[in-house]
Amino acid sequence: MGILEVQGINKRFGGLQALGDVNLDVQEGSCHAIIGPNGAGKSTLLNVLVGKLKPDTGTVKFEDKNVLGLKPHQINQLGISRVFQTPEIFGDLTVMENMLIPCFARRDGSYSLKAFIGIPSEKALNAEAEEMLDEVSMLEKRDMQASSLSRGDKRRLEMAMCLVQQPRLLLLDEPTAGMARADTNNTIELLKEIKEKRNITMAIIEHDMHVVFSLADRITVLAQGTPLVEDVPENIKGHPKVREAYLGEAQV
Amino acid sequence: MLGLTAKDARLYLIVLVMLIFAPFFLNPFPEGSGLAQFNAGYPDMMQRLVIFGLFAVGFNILFGLTGYLSFGHAAFLGAGSYAGVWMFKLLTMNVIPALIVSTIVAGLFSLLIGFISLRRSGIYFSILTLAFAQMCYSLAYSVLTPITGGETGLQLALDDPRVLGVTQTAEGNIPVPHLFGLPMNASTSLDIGAWSFTFSVGYYFAAVVFALAFYFTIRLFRSPFGLVLRAVKSNQGRLSYTGLNARPYTLAAFVISGMFAGLAGGLMVSMDPLAGAERMLWTASGEVVLMTILGGVGTLIGPILGAGAITYLEAIISTINSTVLHRWFDIFPEWLENLLVNIVYPFVGSGWHLTLGLVFMIVVIFLPGGIVEGGRKIYGLFSRKREEPGSMPPNAAAQPGPGE
Ligand SMILES: Nc1ncnc2c1ncn2[C@@H]1O[C@H](COP(=O)(O)OP(=O)(O)OP(=O)(O)O)[C@@H](O)[C@H]1O
Ligand SMILES: [Mg+2]
Repeated sequence: MGILEVQGINKRFGGLQALGDVNLDVQEGSCHAIIGPNGAGKSTLLNVLVGKLKPDTGTVKFEDKNVLGLKPHQINQLGISRVFQTPEIFGDLTVMENMLIPCFARRDGSYSLKAFIGIPSEKALNAEAEEMLDEVSMLEKRDMQASSLSRGDKRRLEMAMCLVQQPRLLLLDEPTAGMARADTNNTIELLKEIKEKRNITMAIIEHDMHVVFSLADRITVLAQGTPLVEDVPENIKGHPKVREAYLGEAQV
Repeated sequence: MLGLTAKDARLYLIVLVMLIFAPFFLNPFPEGSGLAQFNAGYPDMMQRLVIFGLFAVGFNILFGLTGYLSFGHAAFLGAGSYAGVWMFKLLTMNVIPALIVSTIVAGLFSLLIGFISLRRSGIYFSILTLAFAQMCYSLAYSVLTPITGGETGLQLALDDPRVLGVTQTAEGNIPVPHLFGLPMNASTSLDIGAWSFTFSVGYYFAAVVFALAFYFTIRLFRSPFGLVLRAVKSNQGRLSYTGLNARPYTLAAFVISGMFAGLAGGLMVSMDPLAGAERMLWTASGEVVLMTILGGVGTLIGPILGAGAITYLEAIISTINSTVLHRWFDIFPEWLENLLVNIVYPFVGSGWHLTLGLVFMIVVIFLPGGIVEGGRKIYGLFSRKREEPGSMPPNAAAQPGPGE
C-alpha cells in the first residue's frame, strides 16, 4: 500500500487524451520519478494530484484519504506540496516574506485572521524560515524582491517554500530545468538529504537523466498519457519500450 | 513605539503632527488677501479632508493589499450615514453611539455584498460591486423612502424621540451632535496679525478617530494577515497551493474596508446630520478609487495624500469663477486677459472635473505609483546627488516596502 495511490485516471482536452488510464503507486519514503517525452501528460498528472484539474474518471488516494474534489488548499493541508514547472512564487514580496507564508499555512491552517501581531514578533517562524533559506544558500538574498531573482534562484526559493512546510509528499515538476550544472548538483544533494533525514516522500518529473538516476527508487515512464513501464532504475535504463518512446518521437 | 518599527513610528508621528497643526498650515495666507481663497484651514474643509482620508485609507486595505477593485464602496459610506442619522433621531445626539452603529451596519452590509461579490475576481468582481452599489442607491432613493428620506434625504426633526437625549432644545431648536456635551460645531479662533486660525471640536474629534484608525491600519499592514493579503494580490494560485484559503482573507479585508467607509459616513453626519442617497452614487465610489490611485495604491500614506489632493482641489477649483479669473489676469492687455480667461475658464468652477481628469491622466501615465512614487523619485534625486555615485543599493528604488 503506497502513501499515494492513483487509479484509472483519464483526462481529455477536447480531442486530446492527455491522460489515459493512469495508475501510480508511490511508496512511503521513496522517490518516484515520472519521465517521458514532452507532452506525455506528466504535468497534467500533477495538476490532477494538487486539485488544479478535475479528471474525467479515476480516483486519487493520499494516506487512504480521497483527494479528488478537494480544493487545492485543502490538499496542501493534507501534506502535499508542489514545485511547479515554471516557478510559482509571490513576485511582489521579498524572499523572506515568501518563506513566511508557508510557515503560517503550516502552523495556523488554511486561514487565521491575526491582524494585530507584528511579523517580527513571530520569532520561531522567522528562525525556521531563515534556516530553510540558509539550507538552499539563499539567506543573503532574504530582502530581495522575489521577482528580481534569477530563474534558478526562483526555483530554489519555491523548493524552500515547499520544504519549510514539511510536507508528507513533495511533488517536483522539473526542479532543475534552467539551472547551471553546479546548481543542479546542489539540488540533487539537497533532495537526497531531505529524503533521508526528513522522510519526505517525493514524486519527481525530470528530463535530466543524471538527476533521475541519482535520486529515483522507482521510475514510471509515461508516453502519450499512458504509463508504459514502471520499474527500478537499473531495469529502465536499457528498456526497449523506453527507447522507443523517446526515439519514436524523434523519428516521426 | 506602540509596536511599530522605527520607520512606521516616524510616519505615524508625521501624520499626527499634520493632524494637530492642520489649522495652521492649511491657512498660510492672510485673511483678506487675494490668495485667501486658497486657504483650506476652515473646519468644514478640514473635516472633509480627514473623513475622505479615512474612507480612502480603508478602501486601500482592500484594493491596495489584495488588488480587488471595488466600485461600490460609497454604498457602505451611505449606509453608515443613514445609520448615524437614525441613531441621532432615535437614541441621542451623542456621536459615539452613532459612530459605533454606523460602523457595525456598514460591516454587516459589506459582509453580505462581499460574500457574494468575492465569488468572482478581476473585472467581474468590480462589476458585481458596482451593480450592488447602484441597487443600494436606487433603494435609498425611492423604494426605502420611509427609512432613507428618499429624494430629500434623511434629516433630523423636532419630533424625533431621542430617548436618551432631548427632542428639542430649550429654545425649541433641533439639538446639535455632541461628544458628551461638547458640541461638534463649537470652535475658537486665534488671530495673529492678519492671519486667523480656527480650531473646531468637530475637526479634532474626526482627527482623533482618524488617528486611531490609521494606527490600526499600520498594524494590519505589518501583520501576517496583511502579508497574506499582499500575497493574494501577487499570486493567488501559489497561495492556494501553499495551503491558504484566500476567501476568508479577502472577505475580511472587504468587511474591514467597508467598516472604515461606514465610520467615515458616521463622521460625516456627526459634522452635519443629514444623509442623502447621492452619497451612494457610483461617482462617489469612483472618487475613492481615484484618490487611492492618485496617492499611491498599496502604500500607507498614499490614500491620505490622494484624498487630500482631490478634496482640496475640488473645493478650491470649483469656487473659482470668471470674476476671479479676470482679477488674476488683469495685469495683461485686455485682449490677452480675455484670451487667458477663456482658456482657463472651462477647467474651473463646475468644470473642475476636467482638471481632475487631466491631473489623473498625467499621474497614471507618468507616475503609475501616484504621489508617493513622485515623492520617492524626488527624494532619490536629492539623496543621489549627496551620496557617492553607485553607493545606492541597486534595488533600493525597485523594491519599495509596502506603504512607505
Ligand atoms: N489546460 C489544458 N488545456 C488543453 N490542453 C492541455 C492543457 N494542459 C495540458 N494540455 C495538453 O496536454 C498534453 C500534456 O501536457 P503536459 O503539460 O502534461 O505535458 P508534459 O508531459 O508535462 O510535457 P513537458 O515535458 O513539456 O512539460 C499536451 O499536449 C498539452 O498541450
Ligand atoms: Mg510539464
